[in-house]
Amino acid sequence: MNDSLNSTMVPTPFRVQRVRRETHDTFTLELRPPDGSRTLPFAPGQFNMLYMFGVGEVPISISGDPSHPERIVHTTRVVGTVTRAMHTLKPSDSLGVRGPFGTPWPVEKAYGSDIMIIAGGIGLAPLRPAVYQILSQREKFGKVVILSGTRTPADILFRKEMEQWRSRFDVDLFTTVDRAMSGWKGNVGVVTTLISRAPVDPQNSVAMVCGPEVMMRFTVMELQKRGIGGDRIYVSMERNMKCGLGLCGHCQYGPTFVCKDGPVYPFNRIKDYFAIREI
Amino acid sequence: MFTVDRTNVDQLFRLLQQKGYTLIGPTVRDGALILDAISSASDLPVGWTDDQGPAHYRLRRRDDASLFGYSVGAHSWKRYLFPPAVKLVDARRQGRSMDCTSPSPDSASQGTPLKKYAFIGVKPCELNAILIQDKVFLGSGTVDPFYKAARERLFIVAANCTQASGTCFCASMDAGPRAQRGFDLAITEVAGKQHYFVIDAGSKKGTEILLELPHRKSSQQELDEAARRVQKATDQMGRQLDTAGVRDLLLKNPEHPRWEEVSQRCLNCANCTLVCPTCFCSSVEDTTDLAGKTAERWRRWDSCFTLDFSYIHGGCIRSSGKSRFRQWMTHKLASWNDQFGSSGCVGCGRCITWCPVGIDITEEVRAIRGTKRQEQLMHS
Ligand SMILES: Cc1cc2nc3c(=O)[nH]c(=O)nc-3n(C[C@H](O)[C@H](O)[C@H](O)COP(=O)(O)OP(=O)(O)OC[C@H]3O[C@@H](n4cnc5c(N)ncnc54)[C@H](O)[C@@H]3O)c2cc1C
Ligand code: SF4
Ligand code: SF4
Ligand code: FES
Repeated sequence: MNDSLNSTMVPTPFRVQRVRRETHDTFTLELRPPDGSRTLPFAPGQFNMLYMFGVGEVPISISGDPSHPERIVHTTRVVGTVTRAMHTLKPSDSLGVRGPFGTPWPVEKAYGSDIMIIAGGIGLAPLRPAVYQILSQREKFGKVVILSGTRTPADILFRKEMEQWRSRFDVDLFTTVDRAMSGWKGNVGVVTTLISRAPVDPQNSVAMVCGPEVMMRFTVMELQKRGIGGDRIYVSMERNMKCGLGLCGHCQYGPTFVCKDGPVYPFNRIKDYFAIREI
Repeated sequence: MFTVDRTNVDQLFRLLQQKGYTLIGPTVRDGALILDAISSASDLPVGWTDDQGPAHYRLRRRDDASLFGYSVGAHSWKRYLFPPAVKLVDARRQGRSMDCTSPSPDSASQGTPLKKYAFIGVKPCELNAILIQDKVFLGSGTVDPFYKAARERLFIVAANCTQASGTCFCASMDAGPRAQRGFDLAITEVAGKQHYFVIDAGSKKGTEILLELPHRKSSQQELDEAARRVQKATDQMGRQLDTAGVRDLLLKNPEHPRWEEVSQRCLNCANCTLVCPTCFCSSVEDTTDLAGKTAERWRRWDSCFTLDFSYIHGGCIRSSGKSRFRQWMTHKLASWNDQFGSSGCVGCGRCITWCPVGIDITEEVRAIRGTKRQEQLMHS
């Protein structure tokens, strides 16, 4: 087997170990290497290319714990052909993997700082590995604030874990929904409305943001309003991807390739294109 | 520098063939120049030249028997190093298991069997395009194994340009009309009462071949005549592109009204990217057999002019024609520098010639530059 899964266009078959239904349209797969022996070390924020036999290959972020590289965990929302096919996978089925690819969240760079994790919808999945890594060395950070927005209460991801995080004294977790349903007692409104309330020191904070592009645009504006510098705001970008290797050209974003210069960028690196439509 | 007579060109081809090379060169087919396998000098477009202009291409007879007296046709050499379709993966399913293998770049199952190619008559702009694609496929992190395998065994006979066309502007892009590096042999043709080639070797492989050919040291007169013919090509060049500050000009003008104007004419046919010798974009296609037991992944040329290119769930990032045109031109002339340390354009003129509505990249740069100047005047 090829040792480095990220230098080739040939997927390595992994086995589905476990399938977890997260919400009505989101599911988490835990994958194991076929021979059970290998690990796939990754950094929070990186992604794999997942290949459904004969259907296609799509980029999906790794949502698992980086301290357990023997378990490859992906959380996926069903939106089209490949993700729909992936949704039919059952334990013991095979799925092709190439990766990991891309730049990580700046967890180590943020030692000593307050942390703001800001997620919109499925954007929480690529951020979860960063949360794991931060909480496993909690003493290295100042405040840890998690802001998560979803469309409705039914779309909230990782419910059990979110409750665990919420109950910790050393984590401030706020959730909000765009549209409430009866019985919802939490915040209503887009996630950006939570930013002004986050109990962090703007001069010494690092923000990690992942969600739809419009959500990220407004989030960055709010963060800057609070005085968080563009070199300490990190966003994860999304573009069409066919290779993950910097060869197919599809993921170009300004002069950068999202698959290798991103997906995680310091905002300052891309601020010139961030506001340009259709770039 | 050495001189080889026209009568020994077939000897050159034979030597290359003896060393196992498949010769690829320009040849006339259906009223146009294409690239294909050739076996002797008579397969070349002997005595032909081309008239080119925006959306215009026509072959015309020359009054001499030049072998290389034309500029470039629609085909570029990239089709042999970066073929239009390559099989990437063979996958098999057995029960719930799956097995994926890559067809070796050397195997014939790749769609295009991998041969040891000798490219005959590579124009300097095209040679520079190959050097640019080297950076893309070999020099920027991940190596494309197919490209590498084909490239390593390649022999390049460059032909300095003695005839430029109406859409050529390689001189502006510092990419011609004389080959500077990257060739095994570079020839300058002098066709007239005497018909000979001034030859320079650029590699060990090239020197070996040259030494086996009947050759003589070039006379000063031969050298002067060869230089004069290359200079003539420079003077003939139908187009110019002012590259000064063009990167910043384009990157800083994403909302220039010209993008919208030109996109009104653009048909989004993708011709410009398919004929371009540096464009490297590709897509993948997955197929299965009817029984669902075997599957294949193929890589195919793609173009940023298609809507699918930027599709992500919920829509296309570049849904307007304006944004796609801007991506093309900005990539070629601006962001390419950031990515690969050079321009992505060698001034071969193909995109101008083969654009069905004659959009001219040099004209577009002038338009954006012009109005920018006006704006600056107004603000000063
Ligand atoms: C770096 C990165 C990380 C991602 N992480 C996750 C994640 O953790 N969870 C998750 O649910 N989704 C994630 N996505 C989005 C996911 O890749 C798309 O939802 C998926 O490609 C849709 O494929 P489809 O065939 O189901 O949809 P279709 O709409 O049928 O897609 C057709 C083709 O369009 C392309 N495409 C469609 N949508 C996207 C998209 N959003 N991004 C890129 N290409 C797309 C794909 O190449 C696909 O082959 C990520 C995307 C990127 C770029
Ligand atoms: S993005 Fe467009 S212009 Fe750039 S290499 Fe790809 S096809 Fe060519
Ligand atoms: S952009 Fe046009 S002129 Fe420049 S290299 Fe490509 S086809 Fe030739
Ligand atoms: S995904 Fe192919 S270049 Fe980035």
